[in-house]
Amino acid sequence: MKPVDQSAAADEFIADVQHERFHDHHLWDLRKGRDQARDHIPEWEMLRQLASDIKAHTLTHLADYLEEFERKATANGVQVHWAQDAQEHNRIVGEIFAARQVKTVIKSKSMLTDECQMRPYLAERGITVIESDLGERIQQLDDDQPPSHIVVPAVHKLRGDVAKLFARTIDSDPNNDDPKVLSEAGRQSLRPHFLAADAGMTGANYLIAETGSFVVCTNEGNADISANLPPLHVASVGIEKLIPRIEDLGVFIRLLSRSALGSPITQYTSHFRAPRDGGEMHIVLVDNGRSARLGMADFWTSLKCIRCGACMNTCPVYRRSGGLSYGSVYPGPIGVILNPAIDLHRYRALPFASTMNGSCTSVCPVKINIHEQIYQWRRIISEKQELPLLRRTALDVAAKVLASPALFRRVIAGVDQISREFPRALIYNPLNAWGLQREIPDAPKATFHQWWAKNRGADHE
Amino acid sequence: MSSRDIILAQVRVNQPPASDLPKVPLFAADLPSPWPQFQASLRRMGGQILDCPDGVNLNALLSQHFPQAKIIASVVPEVTGNFSVLQGEDPHRLAEVDVAVVRARFAVAETGSVCFTEQELVVNALAYLAQHLVVLLDVNEIVGNLHQAYQRAEFQMARYTVLHSGPSATADIEGTLVHGAQGVRSLSVIAYQRLPNVV
Repeated sequence: MKPVDQSAAADEFIADVQHERFHDHHLWDLRKGRDQARDHIPEWEMLRQLASDIKAHTLTHLADYLEEFERKATANGVQVHWAQDAQEHNRIVGEIFAARQVKTVIKSKSMLTDECQMRPYLAERGITVIESDLGERIQQLDDDQPPSHIVVPAVHKLRGDVAKLFARTIDSDPNNDDPKVLSEAGRQSLRPHFLAADAGMTGANYLIAETGSFVVCTNEGNADISANLPPLHVASVGIEKLIPRIEDLGVFIRLLSRSALGSPITQYTSHFRAPRDGGEMHIVLVDNGRSARLGMADFWTSLKCIRCGACMNTCPVYRRSGGLSYGSVYPGPIGVILNPAIDLHRYRALPFASTMNGSCTSVCPVKINIHEQIYQWRRIISEKQELPLLRRTALDVAAKVLASPALFRRVIAGVDQISREFPRALIYNPLNAWGLQREIPDAPKATFHQWWAKNRGADHE
Repeated sequence: MSSRDIILAQVRVNQPPASDLPKVPLFAADLPSPWPQFQASLRRMGGQILDCPDGVNLNALLSQHFPQAKIIASVVPEVTGNFSVLQGEDPHRLAEVDVAVVRARFAVAETGSVCFTEQELVVNALAYLAQHLVVLLDVNEIVGNLHQAYQRAEFQMARYTVLHSGPSATADIEGTLVHGAQGVRSLSVIAYQRLPNVV
């Protein structure tokens, strides 16, 4: 597949100043909400360390815990399935539905089923999947757009966009863009789908080995209706979502929503252990590249991710470029380090969509060293000759210049002179990426080296 | 080999060097008084407290707060209601309920959450399909934080255990908070001691 050009896609988003400004400010508000929530918890840093250590322990004993989970869940009357990749996941889910003549499915937000491209697969087999999370439903109604943020999928849209979309798709008033009115229209249009669905689907935020149960966190309660109304509940979950014990949940639930939106907890935290009377419950455990990543020394800790989105909310690049520009289900800093492991060629530009400020790492509730992994991916991409030509040429030149002090001094003096004397049109051209969205600073009259030779050279040499 | 065995084998081969599982403290020192803390947290999450002075009839209190409600489904002995909820029945019938009345198993002061299992809800969907949810809570049954909550046996025993922290909410459209996204539009808690003969 063609490599994702994150920068070009971001240009389209940035071109609309209103959207870019709202996106930037709103996500920064979420980041500030996270900081305030943190300030109310004296043991916050301890919780982050605990979360990181619990995940490290689980991932280094993952096979045993997966077996324990399967054993307990099966004993609880839950049917456990295993899928090596997206195709197998879709086939399993399709077979469960086909065997029970399921035609319509109501589904809560799940990044994994998006990762597996499940909806189009089921659609080809005559099964309609309706997204029940309002943000995800908005994206589905908008020509099946992917989510642009893992917590707030339609965050890149303004109220006017939703008003137009709803007028076109669910017959609401095109002239009323009040979010309360629009949310109500969403509720009214989804309700019949909940009641008509033959099956419900959810993901899971955590699988618990000790009890064979799983936890789903939502604010809308959509997962709870999806799971508790139709007679069949299928949960698709990545194998990295395991934690050992119920008591570990205290750590993760305290961190999750505070890191995501700043609220102490999601409105609904549901623990599913066994099917209800007369109901049927299935769990599909999905690998899809996760076990391979577990073996990558520099990158396995990315499997600790609890999908809170804090790294996106704080990232200056994500906030200004919009999630769709990443061309992946997982955008933002976490996507930048997850995607190259899936397809290095396709996602080779993503690790460069970072200022390397390290803010993502400092807000991560499970202490993933995100910016260091971004740096590692840049090394790999450069070693594998996956750099775009312009960047490769620039880096080759830089390598030669930086390798020779004498050459470096000549070049610096030359560049300073150019920026002082050349006309703007020659400096601000497409070949100079540094001049595209910013003014090049005024060059000093002399380089530091020249200053030193003149003022201090005699005393010290 | 089955997919299961292939996945487990590959995980085993790729597992990084083992690290230890830490003990999780309860962080229970210096917790604020549970009932005031619970009320503050619940309000923050968009829930409300309904005051019920001694001697006030619960049925009267509900009709005062929900004058429009036609169908009240109560699964607690303290409130009569006019709609029966039967164990094992088709949950779709509950779509017409205006107000559901349920007793909380316990509550969490830190987050303003009330806890239900399938036992309290009788039919799980009741707590989501009703337009409004009213919760009776014994104020002696509030734990300080989530660590203490997860010590409770419900999470080991019940088939379904849920923490409700205020009503259904969304902020998916321009970050504007709206209550009543897909589940209940409001959640009201009434402090009401558990009857001694009801488990």
